[in-house]
Amino acid sequence: MSHKSKGYRVFSLFNNIFLVIVALTCLLPLLHLFAQSLSSKAAVNGNLVLFWPVDFNLDSYVKTFQNDNFVRSMGISIVRTILGTAISMFLITTAGYALSKDFRGRNALMWIFIFTMLFSGGLIPSYILVTSLGMKDTIWALVLPGAFGAYNLILIMNFFKTIPKALEEAALIDGASFFTILWRIFLPLSLPGLATVGLFIMVGNWNSWFDGILYMSNTNNYPLASFLQTIVVQSSAQNMALDPTAAKAMSEQSIKAAQIFISTLPIILVYPFLQKYFVKGIVMGSVKE
Amino acid sequence: MAQIVQADVKQVEVKKARKVKVNKIPWKKEIKKNWPLYVLCLPSLVFVIVFSYAPMGGLLMAFQDYKPWLGILNSPWVGFDNFARIFEFQESKQAITNSIVIAVIKIICGIIVPIVMALLLNEVRNMGLKKGIQTLVYLPHFLSWVTVAGIMLDILGLEGGINHFLANFGVEPIFFLGDPDLFRSTVIISDIWKNFGFAMIVYLAAISGIDPTYYEAAEMDGATRWQQTRHVTLPGMMPIIIVVSTLSLGNILDAGFDQIFNLYNPLVYSTGDIIDTYVYRASLLSGQYGFGTAVGLFKSGISLILIIVAYRIAYKVANYKIF
Repeated sequence: MSHKSKGYRVFSLFNNIFLVIVALTCLLPLLHLFAQSLSSKAAVNGNLVLFWPVDFNLDSYVKTFQNDNFVRSMGISIVRTILGTAISMFLITTAGYALSKDFRGRNALMWIFIFTMLFSGGLIPSYILVTSLGMKDTIWALVLPGAFGAYNLILIMNFFKTIPKALEEAALIDGASFFTILWRIFLPLSLPGLATVGLFIMVGNWNSWFDGILYMSNTNNYPLASFLQTIVVQSSAQNMALDPTAAKAMSEQSIKAAQIFISTLPIILVYPFLQKYFVKGIVMGSVKE
Repeated sequence: MAQIVQADVKQVEVKKARKVKVNKIPWKKEIKKNWPLYVLCLPSLVFVIVFSYAPMGGLLMAFQDYKPWLGILNSPWVGFDNFARIFEFQESKQAITNSIVIAVIKIICGIIVPIVMALLLNEVRNMGLKKGIQTLVYLPHFLSWVTVAGIMLDILGLEGGINHFLANFGVEPIFFLGDPDLFRSTVIISDIWKNFGFAMIVYLAAISGIDPTYYEAAEMDGATRWQQTRHVTLPGMMPIIIVVSTLSLGNILDAGFDQIFNLYNPLVYSTGDIIDTYVYRASLLSGQYGFGTAVGLFKSGISLILIIVAYRIAYKVANYKIF
């Protein structure tokens, strides 16, 4: 058969090698970071660490967890992720369920929600709104403004649409209310889909850094991502502009590496679950009646 | 958004065929029957009104010389002065140009690379290997730009790993993130690296949806693997390629704030400063709120028009509907 020809086998070999190299470029930077975090400061600054720790020690992690600012911002990140995900899921499951049915005004409502995906007031009006609502320097500035996501709403709504109508009709005849149906039938039946969307929202909350910088005037209120942004990125960029060669020497890369790695750990831990569901979930959610 | 595309395309024919006729029920009756559905929409409605539509009202600031202590109600109106200034300042003109250049290259690469990678991955016959590769290439999408920038600032610095490695071959240190001539390339390549895997998913789904009998028939006719790719696989992916490409039209001014903000520095403003980073500096750091809002509105206004055009085209050409 044609695809067993010699030419194809040679192509196949090079193709596999190429793709493995590409895949490794996605893993090795993280591995490098991890190795740095477990190495001594001298070895890291001397560029001796590649993908395996040199002078193995846990100093960077000890120092990171002794840093009150780091621990506090991690706590804030955990709270905002739980709270933010809960609020988002509440909003999109309730609205998603309602919008998966036909009722008068449904399309108008749908467009009101969709339009937020296409256009926004932008940075400054949002900033002024949050300020005038008195939410600056509170956790609410992190969890409320971005809680509703129209894209996630569409996904959830499409999940709900795949649930057989007969189930709902039977429940309605038995006298169940819409609320009971949502809680007892729709939520349990679309658990895999909800889990996928929920994980996406969690990752988004955990990774979100700009809102912290924007809405928190006191750095003590920074979530972890914003804290890291100031420690890891701002300091390097500033140093680079001032004196490029000094940037490396001034910073303790091994500690930075530990901090970045710890902040990435939750993502890496949920990633297998995410990956298991998201391909299927995205395709499933997109199926419409 | 590309992800919703998948099944939509297939179902259009069905949708077109049955035009639903809605007979209007009076509001009073409707509310009595379906009030729980309205109640269920209420929380989300409140949220979008407060956090999405109220800020849109704040766009009035674009026509004001906004002073925080006067508020929107009392700040002096200046008509279109702020918009005129966008095209007077060297910095804002530069930011618009940079945004377009970076975004357009990102869009083009962001379409081609995932398609090519999906086709190559489709040729991997070993299922375990294929799964392993997929697992790894999706991962960077879920890392935040802060994380990625942290790694990049380390390994791409003058004293960083890459330059250290290149020095072995006598290459002079390259200032990837501080040289205006290299900054855009660095930004674009790292963006492709981070996102191509995830963007590939829709194409892989499209490929797996192609009827295997087409391949069998092609093989019987003696088609080579390359001919099969050209004449079976690519045409099978076409509807989704068209939809994804069209919809990306709306991103033409969106060069990626998260990425640039974390990678740029004053040395590369000339090629790397984009509209969103400029708005941030001009308004929140320098206090020109009205002007910053105007620049932001300029961007989101043009984007809105482009998105609407894109959706219309996608609907006309590929029958794509947003919901």
